[in-house]
Amino acid sequence: MDRLRDKIIPVTAILLGIAAIWYVGAYLMNAPFQRDLDRRAGETPTFSEFVVKTMTQPKPTLPAPHQVAVNFFENTFLRKVTSARSLVYHAWVTLSSTMAGFALGTALGIAIAVGIVHVTTLDRSLMPWIIASQTIPILALAPMIIVVLAAIGVTGLIPKALISTYLSFFPVAVGMVKGLRSPDMLHLDLMRTYNASSAQVFWKLRVPASVPYLFASMKVAVAASLVGAIVGELPTGAVAGIGAKLLNGSYYSQTIDMFSALLAGSVVAVILVSLVGLAGRVTERAMGGRPA
Amino acid sequence: MNALASPTQPATATVTAPVIEATGLGLTFETGDGPVHALSNVDLAIGKGEFVSFIGPSGCGKTTFLRVIADLEQPTAGRITVNGMSPEEARRQRAYGYVFQAAGLFPWRTIERNVALPLEIMGYPKSEVAQRIARTLDLVNLTGFEKKFPWQLSGGMQQRASIARALAFDADLLLMDEPFGALDEIVRDHLNEQLLQLWDRTNKTICFVTHSIPEAVYLSTKIVVMSPRPGRVTDVIDSTLPRERPLDIRETPEFLAIAARVRDGLRAGHSYED
Repeated sequence: MDRLRDKIIPVTAILLGIAAIWYVGAYLMNAPFQRDLDRRAGETPTFSEFVVKTMTQPKPTLPAPHQVAVNFFENTFLRKVTSARSLVYHAWVTLSSTMAGFALGTALGIAIAVGIVHVTTLDRSLMPWIIASQTIPILALAPMIIVVLAAIGVTGLIPKALISTYLSFFPVAVGMVKGLRSPDMLHLDLMRTYNASSAQVFWKLRVPASVPYLFASMKVAVAASLVGAIVGELPTGAVAGIGAKLLNGSYYSQTIDMFSALLAGSVVAVILVSLVGLAGRVTERAMGGRPA
Repeated sequence: MNALASPTQPATATVTAPVIEATGLGLTFETGDGPVHALSNVDLAIGKGEFVSFIGPSGCGKTTFLRVIADLEQPTAGRITVNGMSPEEARRQRAYGYVFQAAGLFPWRTIERNVALPLEIMGYPKSEVAQRIARTLDLVNLTGFEKKFPWQLSGGMQQRASIARALAFDADLLLMDEPFGALDEIVRDHLNEQLLQLWDRTNKTICFVTHSIPEAVYLSTKIVVMSPRPGRVTDVIDSTLPRERPLDIRETPEFLAIAARVRDGLRAGHSYED
């Protein structure tokens, strides 16, 4: 009951609101072209006929929600997953490089954080470079990475995964530096009274204390990884993946295809972020977290 | 004396040699507002098996003195030995257990894993760890709470768990920094009684920092009265109370006389700064 009142009703209300605004927008944006078509064909439809026509164009300026929904449904559930028209196929291509990049980025971010926390020189020198790295627009960098790697014979999943890595290591590095430094003085003093080695302090105190920070930053990182993978698919000549689907759609004005590819991207993002959140909750529970 | 004796206890220590001996000990913190004399010219000897309370107002250096013994702060003047060694050597030999003002349990470990923490670090074999957890939790009356996480326990129980953790590796010296300061008086009385029993059973040397005069008089064989700016010892009182101390000993004239002397000592220290 509470869940219905607290979550489902507000979310549904917002969704309905968005759909309503979207339909109005679709009508307004598709109307000029439809009027043009009708004028040339010498047709004079009634208002309701006209509204229906604006919602059923094959290449609308702004597709109506139901057009996207139908396209999404057909391309997700009615095609063989190996087919190049299947969204599942494209989502899988993007997902695999997202996951590879996310895994690499998380590992790299943790490694950097461990270095920064333990080596004074790295603490002083590395952070400005890391921050500088994130000020370069990924759209400018992605084609260079793809082209340079292609020149040395590396193509396919790895270049895209590296772009994901580039975007995802940053939140993990920043979060883990904070997490590994989160133990309070009392706990550090306590370890000192036991004459604990720095390895013991690291594994028994710093690592467990950093776990909540790790999952919080991994949520950001996994979303950034997905963006990286999609951006990485744009300059590859658009072979496969959600990015390729978007690019193809824009080449041929397949707006409905573009919107359903975007929808597929958001579904993947929601699934990924939820999975990381779930993993975080399970871990926290196992580590004695007070149930919320 | 008992099977609890630490294996790291040096064989050279004789019965009469003090566990802690400070001569002319001073510690000055350099701060932005100039030097702060946390400790100045402290001379003190603490013998084996004594229960010593350090009492004084905030800033008198009682916690700092405890932290110097524990090698958590470095003195800037004088010398101090712990078991005849430097505090650092003593710390490396795990000569003491330290109980902080806050329980400081690791929230991601159950009570038994928290008690096991020093044992894991010190490399005790698995079978012995289990046996020591059982024994120390029994000492602080926490048997049955092994699998609970710290947040599932009351403040007093958490502090008892932290005492169990400090006892687990059987150091002969127990350093306690206002361990019951944050607890209400009823819980505090109860824990004081338990602590005395524990001291009586284990014959450990205990250094105990407190704000409370009754607590200091009730627990101690020796009361060190300190005063601030600079932090120094103004009086050392050897208690004449018997080793066996029921709670109502606090109403006897003997107890009140010692308490009065402590209060006088504190007052004398205060007049210094006015």
